[in-house]
Amino acid sequence: MIINHPILGPRDAQEFTYLGDAALIDRPDWQADNAAEGFHDYLYLRDNPAGEHRELWFHEQGDRSWLVLTRNTVTHDILNVELARDVARARGRSK
Amino acid sequence: MRYSGLKVIKEALTGHKGWKPTWHNPEPKAKYDVVIIGGGGHGLATAYYLAKNHGITNIAVVEKGWIGGGNVGRNTTIVRSNYLLDGNGPFYELSLKLWEGLEQDFNYNAMVSQRGILNLVHSDAQRDAARRRGNAMILNGSDAELLDVSGVRAMYPFLNFDNARFPIKGGLLHRRGGTVRHDAVAWGYARGADMLGVDIIQNCEVTGFRIENGTCLGVETSKGFIGAGKVASCVAGSSSRVMEKAGMRLPIESHVLQAFVSEGLKPVLDGVITFGAGHFYCSQSDKGGLVFGGDIDGYNSYAQRGNLPVVEDVVEGGMALIPALGRVRVLRSWGGVMDMSMDGSPFIDKTHIDGLYFNGGWCYGGFKATPASGWCYAHLLATGQPHDVATAFRLDRFRQGGMIDEKGQGAQPNLH
Repeated sequence: MIINHPILGPRDAQEFTYLGDAALIDRPDWQADNAAEGFHDYLYLRDNPAGEHRELWFHEQGDRSWLVLTRNTVTHDILNVELARDVARARGRSK
Repeated sequence: MRYSGLKVIKEALTGHKGWKPTWHNPEPKAKYDVVIIGGGGHGLATAYYLAKNHGITNIAVVEKGWIGGGNVGRNTTIVRSNYLLDGNGPFYELSLKLWEGLEQDFNYNAMVSQRGILNLVHSDAQRDAARRRGNAMILNGSDAELLDVSGVRAMYPFLNFDNARFPIKGGLLHRRGGTVRHDAVAWGYARGADMLGVDIIQNCEVTGFRIENGTCLGVETSKGFIGAGKVASCVAGSSSRVMEKAGMRLPIESHVLQAFVSEGLKPVLDGVITFGAGHFYCSQSDKGGLVFGGDIDGYNSYAQRGNLPVVEDVVEGGMALIPALGRVRVLRSWGGVMDMSMDGSPFIDKTHIDGLYFNGGWCYGGFKATPASGWCYAHLLATGQPHDVATAFRLDRFRQGGMIDEKGQGAQPNLH
């Protein structure tokens, strides 16, 4: 697979390590009443779709940026690549 | 369908025109006591043991494609009982004991071959870990022997003992482990279940569950609604896709694992060897092909095919361990889709929906578990209680803190 890095251009997927579903960006509120339940679901449950999947890749052998890929898990086609920083900011995260 | 030596001779002389199908191909009835989703090794074994051990024969096994076309036909055929943790050890030991008696039990040649598995070690720390694992195996009733270098050299003199980075320092030998003819396992269980009255319904995809007031009443399929007293999902690799139809999210990611077969060679490798420094394991099939594989590709996939970086990694591991492989040509490679669970261990459990049961999360270790998985799942379905050796395989174990994490990797499925 070739990942079209938003800054560096096309890079071999071998340079990256994979973390998992991009929903991991949305860490639950630890002060919420249902925090235990929220963290259980956050840590252990996955949608695991067959088809489009938004997921976190780390450019470990490159610029060490985190990316959010939209990738088809049936065909391995990569449909979109974003910087995870931009995705997190768009969801209202600080910094 | 029964076989005899006389029949083999007669058919050989008359052009093999008199063989009958090994199982029937019935249309589904309106209702069954148990509907098993998935006609793979585990599903067929579950049906067989439900009928044989518990006398429940009003069963349907519904399969989207053809039976044995999923992971039971896509693995590297290795069976073993070399687990470390208490939640796993007795279960896999039961499985190996069932393998040992399987062919007599279902009267079908599954080519069970206890040719021994040797896990190589390359450092003092690995030797310590191997000794600890060996002791755990013996405590669980399995067998283990710690070999030094000369012991390994006597068995496999062609290994690269003096690799500068990963010299071989010994190995943990599990003599009762080995290989089994994987397709014959599916066919043997299918034949056995069919003879006991189980309906095996192929080309019948489950499209949904009928759930009313928290009770599962049956499954919607491409051949219409099939009512069921109990519905048992057994579709590892596609568990999330099937259970999503019942509104469930699972502690599972689907990943692709590749495997390879070389051209046929003269006998060179009479057991199973695993490389302790990289991820590479190898055995030789009865046809002569070297069967080998390595790690999962590492990203979510339902593709049943992988990518080249892992091919390269596996072949590098093979070359580091057995330099003589260098001129062997690879004949075929393929990928299978694994239920990778959050702790690397499986599930055999009820769900929160009455009458709906779940078996899955086998990671890349489902084949060796086939007999015990069927045995324990049948026990759960028939009695409502988990089998003694499968009590740890609960769906809610992450909530309770009861993880069974053999590798100690935490909730990161692609690292198990």
